Amino acid sequence: MVLGKGASSSLSRKMVDGAEDMVSNCNDFTVLVVDDDPVIRKLHDMHLKKFGLSAQVVENGKTAVDLCHFGATFNLILMDKEMPIMDGVEATKELRAMGVNSLIVGVTSRDSQYETQAFMEAGLDFCFEKPLTADKISFILQELNKKN
Amino acid sequence: MLGLGADRLRADMNRLLAFLFHQGILDEQYLQLQQLQDESSPNFVSEVVNIYFHESEKLLRNLRSLLMDREFSDYKKMGIHLNQFMGSSSSIGAKRVRNVCVAFRAASEQNNRAGCLRALELLEHEYCFLKNKLHELFQIEQQRVLAAGVRYPMQN
Repeated sequence: MVLGKGASSSLSRKMVDGAEDMVSNCNDFTVLVVDDDPVIRKLHDMHLKKFGLSAQVVENGKTAVDLCHFGATFNLILMDKEMPIMDGVEATKELRAMGVNSLIVGVTSRDSQYETQAFMEAGLDFCFEKPLTADKISFILQELNKKN
Repeated sequence: MLGLGADRLRADMNRLLAFLFHQGILDEQYLQLQQLQDESSPNFVSEVVNIYFHESEKLLRNLRSLLMDREFSDYKKMGIHLNQFMGSSSSIGAKRVRNVCVAFRAASEQNNRAGCLRALELLEHEYCFLKNKLHELFQIEQQRVLAAGVRYPMQN
């Protein structure tokens, strides 16, 4: 399930085939992965490497907010919803309040539409159910290319 | 003669994988993991799965410890552990484990302690089964790699 501003419902195989073209455009993008689960962190990191991106990886929303507060900038932030110390909803609100205009993509293991909507309203650009797949990453990077 | 052992082992691996897919123990997300593995990360799948095992066992211990507490009432904490377990299980393609987590979470949301205990037993069982089968798969893969590396002397 994809929720997002202007998200297309047709994640076609065409996007995966076109992914190689994106690699040459992606090398300058900075990415932050925010997730308390080391399995997800490793998986997302590897997915992004396949597209020529290397990500900074942190374990909770507060660290993400602190990084941005101290001047780090990211083109793309992959934000888990449920995290200790500061969850994804709170972190997203704080980042938007700080003026961070990165593409922020929520990633959640809950399939409740109500909860996903609340996460979107915090300021996400898109929200996906775990796990992220090559198709979903392609879609995200296409949106990132459009934005930049 | 060269490679026959490796071919047989590959067939064993494929048979085991087919079984795991057919029984719903794994789903296509496991194939996504395999596709991410390459020459630069030749052990990616086993690395991710070993992290999953380590984290899952922590989560199972936490869940059991919560439920064994006579005065347990922190269903919210239980929900947090279950969400993590669900997320990581989905991400490696552990379909049956994930499905049990969903049922467990439903019991937790109803504050149904007896239901949670039953779900925990089933979860521990499913997790053990998955772990044993994945270990078997990795062992066969290791043997296959060794067998594929065997060279016989050329005969003139």
